[in-house]
Amino acid sequence: MTEQIPLVDYLRLDGEPRLVANECTACGARYFERRNACASCFGTEFRPADVAREGELRTFTIVAFAAPGIDVPYVAGVVDCDGTSVSANLINVEPSPDHIHTGMKVRLATYSLGADANGVEAIGFGFEPC
Amino acid sequence: MSEDVWILGITMTKFGKHPDKDIVDLGAEAAMGALSDAGVTMADMGILAYGNLVGQSFGQQLQKQIGQTGIPVYNVQNACATGATALRTAIMAIRAGECDMGLAVGVEKLAGAGLLAGGSRDADDGTWTPRGRQGAVTAVDGRINTATMPGVFAQIGMEYGHKYGGADFELFARISQKNHSHSTLNPLAAYTKEMSLEHIMGDIMISYPNTRPMCSANCDGAAAAVVVSDSKLETLSKEQQRRAVKVSASVLTSDPWQEACQVLPDVNTLTRNAAAQAYEQAGVGPEDLDLVELHDCFATAELVHYDNLMLCEPGGAVDFFESGAPWRDGAMPVNVSGGLQSKGHPISATGIANIWEICHHLRGEAGDRQIEGARVGLAHVIGLGSACGVHILEKRAA
Repeated sequence: MTEQIPLVDYLRLDGEPRLVANECTACGARYFERRNACASCFGTEFRPADVAREGELRTFTIVAFAAPGIDVPYVAGVVDCDGTSVSANLINVEPSPDHIHTGMKVRLATYSLGADANGVEAIGFGFEPC
Repeated sequence: MSEDVWILGITMTKFGKHPDKDIVDLGAEAAMGALSDAGVTMADMGILAYGNLVGQSFGQQLQKQIGQTGIPVYNVQNACATGATALRTAIMAIRAGECDMGLAVGVEKLAGAGLLAGGSRDADDGTWTPRGRQGAVTAVDGRINTATMPGVFAQIGMEYGHKYGGADFELFARISQKNHSHSTLNPLAAYTKEMSLEHIMGDIMISYPNTRPMCSANCDGAAAAVVVSDSKLETLSKEQQRRAVKVSASVLTSDPWQEACQVLPDVNTLTRNAAAQAYEQAGVGPEDLDLVELHDCFATAELVHYDNLMLCEPGGAVDFFESGAPWRDGAMPVNVSGGLQSKGHPISATGIANIWEICHHLRGEAGDRQIEGARVGLAHVIGLGSACGVHILEKRAA
């Protein structure tokens, strides 16, 4: 089985692919990165928290111009995963306003970014229509 | 004569090579150390003055790690005097009576690569290598949402539509049509052509629903202002006094923490906070405004700011636009200059340029586009990251 590495460290591939947030133990605020402190309550203790795999699309845009190496058009949006906002691309969907609307139900999905010189495969994530 | 100012807490980090720490790590270590030394927290700060040169970072990035309380952030640069300038800025705010405690931070990484966004398969030895605070193995912009301004602000506008309804592509395009129409009367605008709705909706799509004319125009420009104290103005000529415009409110805010604010920038809360502070400072309400110049960096942004600046009821921005109010002949003229979409947006100039527009009308010198009898105006700008500046200007009493 090819070795896999996630696009970002908050995407966990051991077991069912899922997103894991850094949750402030004092106030519950969730972040998707290494922290110095909590921006909400200034606390300095965090624990990993699994984020719900399904959610509702709260907003989106269809980007037509991007940096070299990024295919356009692509759909960027924010998904409300049971109270945790997640920034992601919408994938496995026609990138047109006729196929996308705010409020639609979506779920976490993964895709391959290809293998590196050592044969390690990078795995990215997005959300696809349920 | 203002009272003395004291240093309550102070810290420096070890100076040397810190390859495993980015700029914000170092700034956080110093800032959290100073707060701890002082026995206070970010909640006690009324101002943040932040200095960083080579890294091109800004104080809001530090706030997002150690405390987003919405206080004004002044990002200062003065070559090697940057740190002292940051401290001076905090001292001036306390001397001016604008707050009673402030934090000044100076940070630099000259021995490392600074803030890295993410690695690249092509960078070193062709292997996926996690880098940065998210352990990204390649650039995430475009793979995980977008960092492009048209895309970010498109989502901000669409989110308003999701929450309150009624905001579709055509509505946003009609906002743009208004501003392009207004600019036909402004000889200083970058674009002065009327544009039909069909033209705007049919033009090149940048990031749905923002087409090219719905995006602020990139152009060159500058603006400047001279400010004077009340007592000094009294010593000047009658003509100088007559044309002087009163700064009734001058407010700066940053974005306070909200649940999704580090996922999609929240341009709403800090604008609403700045507007509320400004109305209170000036002793006026939105109903007293004769004209508004707000930050329409994109047509999708203008809509949310009708609500944020309290020009309408919460959730009522679509109805407000449909009523005709923000047109130059409406009850609350918005962006009669043509706004950023048509007048243009030379970034550092805009914050003074839209105040110029307000002053032009308050002095009765706006000619063809004069809003008759204008006495009170509001100017609003917002820089992503974020900072919001709101000024309320008033015509001098006769």
